[in-house]
Amino acid sequence: MNVLEFLVNSGLYVMMGLALLAGLGAVTMRNLFHSGLCLAFVLMAIAGLYVSVGAEFLAMVQVLIYVGAVLTLIIYAIMLTARLEAPETAAVNSQVLPILIALILFLGCMLPALIRVRWPVTESALQATVSVTSLGQALMTVYIFPFEVTGVLLFAVLIGAVVVARKDRDA
Amino acid sequence: MADLAYWIPVGPFLAFGINILFGKQVKHKAALISIAASVLSCLLAWPLMYRVASEGHALTGDFVWLTLGNHPLHFGYLIDPLAATLLLVVTLVGTLIQIYAAGYMHDEARFSRFFAFVSLFMAAMLTLVIANHYLLFFMSWEVMGLCSYLLIGFYTEKDSAANASKKAFMTTRIGDVGFFLGLLTLHVAIGTLNFNELHEAVHLNAGHALLPMAALLIFCGTIGKSAQFPLHVWLPDAMEGPTPVSALIHAATMVAAGVYLVARSFVLLEVFPQVMPVIAVTGTITAFMAAFIALTATDIKKVLAYSTISQLGYMVAAMGLGSMMAGMFHLTTHAFFKALLFLGAGSVIHGTGTQDIREMGGLFGKMKSTAITFLIASLAIAGVPPLAGFWSKDEILLAAHDSGNPYIYFILSLTAFMTAFYMFRLFILTFLGKPRNPHIHAHESPALMTGPLWVLAAGSVLIGLPGSPWMHHWFQNFLAGGHHASEHVVNLRVMGMSVGIGLAGILLAVVIYARGLGMAERLARALRPFHTASINKLWFDEFYDIVFIRPFKAVARLLFRFDQQVVDGLVNGAGRGTGGLSRLHQLFDQYVIDGLVNFTGYFTQWWSAVIRRAQTGLVQNYLLIVFSGVILLLYFGMH
Amino acid sequence: MSLPLEHYLIFSLLLLSLGIFGVLARRNAIGVLIAIELILNAVNLNLVVFSRTVSSTPETGQIFAFFVIALAAAGAAVGLAIVMAIYRSRKSVQMQEFNLMKW
Repeated sequence: MNVLEFLVNSGLYVMMGLALLAGLGAVTMRNLFHSGLCLAFVLMAIAGLYVSVGAEFLAMVQVLIYVGAVLTLIIYAIMLTARLEAPETAAVNSQVLPILIALILFLGCMLPALIRVRWPVTESALQATVSVTSLGQALMTVYIFPFEVTGVLLFAVLIGAVVVARKDRDA
Repeated sequence: MADLAYWIPVGPFLAFGINILFGKQVKHKAALISIAASVLSCLLAWPLMYRVASEGHALTGDFVWLTLGNHPLHFGYLIDPLAATLLLVVTLVGTLIQIYAAGYMHDEARFSRFFAFVSLFMAAMLTLVIANHYLLFFMSWEVMGLCSYLLIGFYTEKDSAANASKKAFMTTRIGDVGFFLGLLTLHVAIGTLNFNELHEAVHLNAGHALLPMAALLIFCGTIGKSAQFPLHVWLPDAMEGPTPVSALIHAATMVAAGVYLVARSFVLLEVFPQVMPVIAVTGTITAFMAAFIALTATDIKKVLAYSTISQLGYMVAAMGLGSMMAGMFHLTTHAFFKALLFLGAGSVIHGTGTQDIREMGGLFGKMKSTAITFLIASLAIAGVPPLAGFWSKDEILLAAHDSGNPYIYFILSLTAFMTAFYMFRLFILTFLGKPRNPHIHAHESPALMTGPLWVLAAGSVLIGLPGSPWMHHWFQNFLAGGHHASEHVVNLRVMGMSVGIGLAGILLAVVIYARGLGMAERLARALRPFHTASINKLWFDEFYDIVFIRPFKAVARLLFRFDQQVVDGLVNGAGRGTGGLSRLHQLFDQYVIDGLVNFTGYFTQWWSAVIRRAQTGLVQNYLLIVFSGVILLLYFGMH
Repeated sequence: MSLPLEHYLIFSLLLLSLGIFGVLARRNAIGVLIAIELILNAVNLNLVVFSRTVSSTPETGQIFAFFVIALAAAGAAVGLAIVMAIYRSRKSVQMQEFNLMKW
């Protein structure tokens, strides 16, 4: 491996680590706003990782939608409900300990499995390149049905969110 | 033909059945029925007597009464000379007494019941006489005891009668217990209780240790039934019964049954040198003691009662001295003149309304038949020849003289003297002299009553002759049968002595009582200790009362209290216990059962209160549980 | 693929764990939604990485990821709308106060 690869890989590892740290921050920070920002970092890092595996289009989509729309939405919500946040309130609730035990068990189960299983890595998959064209083709032919349904779903979500979130009319 | 013997007791038994069941219907005809049955039995007895006398051996027959295991019990009849004699005596005297009773009891309300009991008694006595087995003998013995009880206590409205009947029953019972134990012992010793087999069995087992004991125990029955010392106390009290009863049962027949028992068991008793003296001594003591008490008795029937006891003592003593024949002879003659004396006394009572001889006197003119027959009987019992009593009493004195024991001879002779004395005291005070009670208007009894008196008087005169030397002691030889062929020597000295003694007694009585009671009272004062002892009947009743009766009653009272407190207490306790138990049960039901039911409810409530805490309403709790489930699934899936 | 498959997988697993932690442990409702986003992103990464190495049709995973993103967005929208509604009526977005289904 050459220097470039080395740099790229190490950078990727650093990004992974930071993403984990940011994730930790996202779930443990008392200040929600900071938590949201940490989330943003994680999302960006994920996008970077997408690039590293050759899914550039996805990375773009990730940034645009996740970071651009979802995160914004979350920030709006945080802002709208920020007033009643007292900094003294703990970030996590009382069942931390059982959760940690469960997670340790979970990890203890999954990690060894992940490492030991010989994933059937195929050379053809590794060699294949995914272009936007192929994605678009697949989306419009093979996965047309879920595509349309998702459209309908988003429509319903649109209406539903408006209905749920609006102020009650004085009855 | 000899099986006709079975019919002898059956007749009277049927009479009993009819009179007791149909008493109200038959009323006064009950007497006819009973007398008819009695006459029938008498008529049946004569041919049997003739056959036994002519053939010289006994008539027997039996049938199987029941079978115990492998041993069949043969009951039946044994008519040997002994039985034949007594059969005639009982039926004759019994019939005459029943005829008398038809007159005497005429005004009695329970007339038919009286005759029913008398017939039952006759049936039992006749069964006893012809029985061939000790057990059958004992059964009839017991039935006679029952009849005695029923008849003594016949006047149920009199307390004294009820007490007397109880006393009679209890006292004879004591003897009966001994008798039964004797039977058991006898059976153990010789294995049979059949009279036919007795003679052989006894001689076969003569060495058996229990045999003397059996003999003595069997004699106990006689002591009870024949009113020997010390169980004589019931006989005087038994005079509470109607006079015919006294005549029949307590003079002529039932009390003789004890003597008959000794006669039947003679082969057993004579084998043992230790048994006979006991019998002889008992008889002698009885004879003397009773005569002593009779000297001062003032009730006409009591005098006769003690006289009976005394004469029974003579019979028993004779047997004890080895002369079974003398005893039986005296039994035969005694039946006649004693029955006559009692019936005569009954006639006197009937005519004067009193029983106290101090109230009587001068009845000779007013009650000729009674007086003359009474005189005849008195002469007979005093032993004046040629009347019956002389011959039989002489035989006994002869046996006593020959036994070699001077004391017994002396005492028996003295008793003979006393007998003559008290009998004539009785006669003189009752019939002679001036009437002492002006209120008594005596009259003679009806013919129905005086008729039997004359017949018995004839018997008293004649019945001794078959045993006299003039008929060559036919009677004794007849009784001896084939067993003992003994010689009868006429001992004129003894005979003379007994005549002299009898006449002396009569003379003394005449001297003392010729002018009323005055001299007697002076004598009584002079001989105060003897007089007191005699008039208090030697304090036998008082002694028995203190020694036996009072402790017995105390024990009975104790047991009664025990029954009341302990047994009833237990029963009540059981009742209360059940109540308590049921209360416990109720509590159990209330607290435990209901508690269980309530507990189920409470538990459900409590458990649900515990469980529902899982419903926190917080989504994150639920999610944690879901996640834990997922981990579990992962684990189970992967391993 | 720059890094070995396992590394991506480990990373996404850890991210998933963090996300699960946040969902179960966060007091704030919006914090829970943030954690949900983390989970979905971890899943997306897994999908893409696997389709890239194991699948015969490499675009399958990416398309799946597209849909996930779309749905995540929809979900976030509706979720936040609900949070708003709850905030309006209860004046709070603290998870421990949403216990109306308590016994």
